[in-house]
Amino acid sequence: MNFALPSWIEGIVALLLVAGGLLALTGAIGLLRYGDFFRRMHPPALATTLSALCVTLASSIHFSVLEQQLALHPLLINALLAITAPVTTVLLARAALARGRDMSADVPPPLAANEPPPQRR
Amino acid sequence: MSALLAAAIVVTLGLYSLAMMLAVVRLLRGPQAQDRVLALDFLYINGMLIMLVLGIRFSSGMYFVVALLIALFGFVGSAALAKFLLRGELIE
Repeated sequence: MNFALPSWIEGIVALLLVAGGLLALTGAIGLLRYGDFFRRMHPPALATTLSALCVTLASSIHFSVLEQQLALHPLLINALLAITAPVTTVLLARAALARGRDMSADVPPPLAANEPPPQRR
Repeated sequence: MSALLAAAIVVTLGLYSLAMMLAVVRLLRGPQAQDRVLALDFLYINGMLIMLVLGIRFSSGMYFVVALLIALFGFVGSAALAKFLLRGELIE
């Protein structure tokens, strides 16, 4: 059960982990440095997609080799994130748009002139 | 666990911690409420990934369950906050 992993497997896992960390750091720098909220929404997606894919893949490989059976359950987190992250992003973008229009900030107007304004009480 | 993998795990944890610190700066500074919600969203994603890395470090399957729960509850929290910003009330 508790045997050492082959060194090339460990190399792959280590590479994937460091790549995931670097991608998350890139997202954080983007989150900090962009000047506008709608620009700032983009970099965190790097952490939820590519960084999470790297780490879950590393976890999957590690446990597959360690327990001598295919361990795909870490990839479940990716499926979950693929469903939930866009929902959060769209809700936040709509909230920011509605708030910007309320404060008459410089945000895009509604698409059609006769389109009802977003429901907000 | 070889020295290479142990070192890589330490480096990765450091990178995630640095990313979380930068997100906290945005959380404290963020000019509007939606910036803070976005930073909070980023924070829980990073915490979840740290849990996965710790699972590799200690070769335990329990951390995966923790990560799954953090992902679920983080989504509920972020969606609720975004809905609150959109409408000003949560339960209709």
